[in-house]
Amino acid sequence: MKTKAVDLLIIGAGPAGMSAAVEARNNGLSVLVLDEQPGPGGQIYRNISNTDAQRSQILGADYSHGRHLAQAFLASDIEYVAQASAWQVTDQKQVHYLHQGQSRVAQGQRLLIATGAYERPMPIPGWTLPGVMTAGAGQILLKSAAVVPAGPVVLAGCGPLLYLLAVQYLQAGISLAALVDTSRHSDVLSGLRHIPKALKGWPDLQKGLSLLATLRKAKVKHYRGATALRIEGSAHAEALSFSSRGDEYRIACNLVMLHQGVVPNTQISWSLRLQHHWQNDQLCWQAERNAWGETSTSGIFIAGDGGSIGGAMAAQAQGRIAALAIACQLGRLDSSSRDKLVKPYRKALHRCMAARPLIDSLYRPRNENRIPEDNVIVCRCEEVTAGTVRSHVRLGCLGPNQIKAFSRCGMGPCQGRQCGLTVTEIIAASGNVSASEVGYYRIRAPLKPITLKQLAQQPNKNLNQELS
Amino acid sequence: MPTESLFTPLAKAQSWVTIDYEGHQLKVPQGVSIAAALLASGVRHSRTTPVQGANRAPFCMMGVCFECLVEVDGVPNRQGCMTLVSDGLRVRRQLGARKLAPLCAEGDCDEN
Ligand SMILES: Cc1cc2nc3c(=O)[nH]c(=O)nc-3n(C[C@H](O)[C@@H](O)[C@H](O)COP(=O)(O)OP(=O)(O)OC[C@H]3O[C@@H](n4cnc5c(N)ncnc54)[C@H](O)[C@@H]3O)c2cc1C
Ligand code: FES
Repeated sequence: MKTKAVDLLIIGAGPAGMSAAVEARNNGLSVLVLDEQPGPGGQIYRNISNTDAQRSQILGADYSHGRHLAQAFLASDIEYVAQASAWQVTDQKQVHYLHQGQSRVAQGQRLLIATGAYERPMPIPGWTLPGVMTAGAGQILLKSAAVVPAGPVVLAGCGPLLYLLAVQYLQAGISLAALVDTSRHSDVLSGLRHIPKALKGWPDLQKGLSLLATLRKAKVKHYRGATALRIEGSAHAEALSFSSRGDEYRIACNLVMLHQGVVPNTQISWSLRLQHHWQNDQLCWQAERNAWGETSTSGIFIAGDGGSIGGAMAAQAQGRIAALAIACQLGRLDSSSRDKLVKPYRKALHRCMAARPLIDSLYRPRNENRIPEDNVIVCRCEEVTAGTVRSHVRLGCLGPNQIKAFSRCGMGPCQGRQCGLTVTEIIAASGNVSASEVGYYRIRAPLKPITLKQLAQQPNKNLNQELS
Repeated sequence: MPTESLFTPLAKAQSWVTIDYEGHQLKVPQGVSIAAALLASGVRHSRTTPVQGANRAPFCMMGVCFECLVEVDGVPNRQGCMTLVSDGLRVRRQLGARKLAPLCAEGDCDEN
């Protein structure tokens, strides 16, 4: 099999990847887009091409908004491979991906990583029990399978997505046992500092407020400032207990959905050893990028929530901006046309990002829900607790890779996606050093499960060299 | 096995397929992931952990957490949330994992 070669190779068909593809194609570039989902849309517009009227109504206008972009994307002659999981990316801009049980290779002159975000882990006691899942998982079940909770559900944590799901469930006629909100008053006060700047991003804030108003009107039991969250149960979830404003509560339930914001999916960018920085406002790692989205390795770009959390509109603007820069680098656009064309996208991006500082500080996840007590499991795969991580720190482990070697924390199939941030923050807090000094796991291919057989059948390449 | 389900379909599906889960025939909507099909069929847990043998169920539904690992048509450690159902598919719980680590066929391929 030959390696497929294109001008621009994109991983991810969410708002960032689709916009970049459309813009690049408009400028005459050959484009190949790989995405592991069955259809385009990414997280926000998941399954947008196949949804029905009932679900569109439940999911709301922001969701339906994605239809135009997905249609434009599918109508152009952009090459798009669905159900293609990138399991290895090289600094030579080669992407190895699994499709229909086989590993294939694609080569771009330029590479755009548009792999979006995933939900920040929320390690609280009992979070590994069956019956506990993320709010995003609940929303994915609704978007992609039209499956909803059968009985009352408890939503717990913080962030706009949690409120959004609550409203979507109300629309679908699902009963909410409670919304247990971990955000607190002091966050609101510290958020106020940012208001003047944030006003420019008013639509986003307005949406947040109207979600809250809808929940109030529907008389959803909304517990604020919740702390000491604990899911009880032995074989599966039976109750959520917590304190709120001085009172103790225990809500019996078999289904709890947790959420405390989203963080960039940095698996690919770490595996490429790109330069990353700890971002204290968003409490996560971000790959370094210039104003065009180009990373510390020239020719490799990142757009969208995979770079920094900005939401779908920011992702679309960033996709366009990166595509214009790439078209210019490849000689399809002179720099003065590029600079003219980019203006509306820069303006849109600026507008989206204006509300971010306020949103980040309003919904800053609590320390106790990021840096848990000793008995809480942090590594779900290898069942390693926060206490075990701390004991290795006391024995002298200075970074996540040493902790991993000694405790197996982060060594399971999820490759640290669920414990990586937690482990960095635990080490930082224990040693009283900054997260940047602590660093992150060394991420290596394969980024997705691949069998030896699939590996052996892959065209060309020295496998030993690849996996070393 | 299937008990009282935590999930329910929003509307009647248009077309169905039948999958085999642990020897039980489950009629599930076409086009959904294995993990979604199992949750909607009342499956409370679909794997056990390698260390403590604890029950686990799909957690993220987007390919991140690997809690949805199942055996599909004899192939271990497939991500149930990333694999679509098809007629006649045979799905089993993933019990433990170490000897069947997904990243290699045998032994421990982890670094360090
Ligand atoms: C579960 C979830 C639900 C969300 N729902 C909403 C919502 O309803 N409303 C809202 O405003 N925001 C939502 N968000 C926030 C989201 O981040 C949006 O802001 C937006 O989807 C970001 O766009 P993007 O293009 O940057 O990335 P995404 O939309 O996340 O797109 C990234 C794409 O990359 C693909 N991908 C990732 N890794 C690989 C790989 N290795 N190989 C191949 N393909 C890969 C994914 O399948 C995905 O389609 C959600 C986030 C999450 C995690
Ligand atoms: S449920 Fe998380 S990877 Fe499938």
